[in-house]
Amino acid sequence: MSDRTPIPVVRLQGIGMVFSVGDQPTTVALEGIDLEIGRGEFISLIGPSGCGKSTLLRIIGDLIAPSSGTATVNGKPAAQARRDREYGIVFQAPVLFDWRSVEENVRLPLEVMGYSSTRQAERSRAMLDLVELSDFGGHHPWQLSGGMQQRVAIARALAFEPSILLMDEPFGALDEMTRERMNQEVQRIWAQTGTTIVFVTHSIPEAVFLSSRVVVMSARPGRITRVIDVDLPRPRTDETRESERYFELVTDVREALRGGEHDPDRPAGFASARRTAGEGAVG
Amino acid sequence: MRARSIGTFVAFLVLILIAWIAVKFIGGDPWRPLGAPPGTAAFWTPPVRWPFANDQNLPHIWTIVYAFGQPFQRSADVTLAQYLFGASLYTWREAAIGFFVGTGLGLFLATAFVHSRLLERAFVPYVVASQTVPIIALAPMIVFALGQGVLSVVVIATYLTFFPVTIAMIRGLRSVDPRAIELMRSYAASSAQVFWKLRWPASQPYLFTALKIGATASIVGAIIGEDTGGIQAGLGRVITTFNSFYITGPEKLWAAIFAAAVLGMAFFLCIRFAERFALRGRPPVADA
Repeated sequence: MSDRTPIPVVRLQGIGMVFSVGDQPTTVALEGIDLEIGRGEFISLIGPSGCGKSTLLRIIGDLIAPSSGTATVNGKPAAQARRDREYGIVFQAPVLFDWRSVEENVRLPLEVMGYSSTRQAERSRAMLDLVELSDFGGHHPWQLSGGMQQRVAIARALAFEPSILLMDEPFGALDEMTRERMNQEVQRIWAQTGTTIVFVTHSIPEAVFLSSRVVVMSARPGRITRVIDVDLPRPRTDETRESERYFELVTDVREALRGGEHDPDRPAGFASARRTAGEGAVG
Repeated sequence: MRARSIGTFVAFLVLILIAWIAVKFIGGDPWRPLGAPPGTAAFWTPPVRWPFANDQNLPHIWTIVYAFGQPFQRSADVTLAQYLFGASLYTWREAAIGFFVGTGLGLFLATAFVHSRLLERAFVPYVVASQTVPIIALAPMIVFALGQGVLSVVVIATYLTFFPVTIAMIRGLRSVDPRAIELMRSYAASSAQVFWKLRWPASQPYLFTALKIGATASIVGAIIGEDTGGIQAGLGRVITTFNSFYITGPEKLWAAIFAAAVLGMAFFLCIRFAERFALRGRPPVADA
């Protein structure tokens, strides 16, 4: 596909993650994860609750260290990549600072990274244009809807032009309509910026609609069971969601999820079964 | 403060005053004209006599108001109002110094505790224990150690202020969303940046709650401190003096208590306004 180029941005080799909390039995969250992500790719990680997809995202972003294996980003260890500010991160909750205006929220990483104030103003304006919130720069986050807040979070994540955008179920808390609109938005932003995106989701339609490749994972231990290439033409639109190929791919992903060892009390891949937080470490 | 809360406050104040007058009307001493010499005929004799409502225990409101305009003692050339105002200002200065030092100390301790579990485990129990010692027991010891004077008073006011600030700020500085910390980590932010851009602003609502407690506590501390510390000029001494001459002028002690209450409220309101300013733009919460 045109989405992929041979230079890997992310290379995961033999990643394993074991959690042991107190006298609880240890949980093998991830085991033997090998994955390469090319520049400009849109990768979705999908799997049942507890399959470690969020953990994997955190390992890529050096928010936690893996128990075994190595994560390399742009040829550097993940920790070095983080210090070099290669990552933009978007969580399920927008995590905006409510004492800052929308515009000041977008500026936050730029302030931390010591951009000049003219450059800060330039970048924050450009980012608010990108997410189509230019008229809301002076508002405070709590005055915006959930979808708008999440767009601010995306603007903030992209403000310093990170080479890779990590998104951890960014639309999991939104209603279905908003979610589909946000999917369009993310696709447009991805096409416009050329950023590599790693996207964790519970939603099969979302994964298929957005991704160049869908990485299907199984739970306990979290393993990659299948990687499905999504060859739907771009730009993808509402018609894409009704095309035959789209349904085939959705079915493919669903079957791949069923094939894996799945959580017995939670059917795999149902977006609506998703709650907020709680899942934390192994989610 | 919103107009409505001021309205409610005034309405309740009027209610208290009406109740006060009603009690005097039903069960007080016979009512005589203001400032009249003893022996003047009463113009109203209440039907019953309640000991708690006699002129000694519960002076008329107008007697207290009238006293404000009279010399504070025989042959004095300043009125009671001026005298109390001067004393309040003096006490407020001591309290304010104690308040600022106490706030600084509280912020320092909280910051240290938040950054070091070891320090927290070692010292927080002592911080808590320090507040279980009654201030009346501790005040003389502080005066013994530091000598009589303003310093002792300030130390006592500090002692009462630092505690709420420490406890609230430990909580406030920890009140940040863990994902916000991760976000800052992904920006490779320094710990100073995490503190000033995240922990500190996130803690502000907690800080102001503590400052409002500290403001009133520092006034109490200063008043108690002045008494043991031998300060002549402040409200503490005024209250002790008027207390010992209560028989001859109960309205003066009432007036002094009123002054102390107004002082505490004024300091509280100063903090409230500062809070309004500092927390502007944040999601609205209920007033306190």
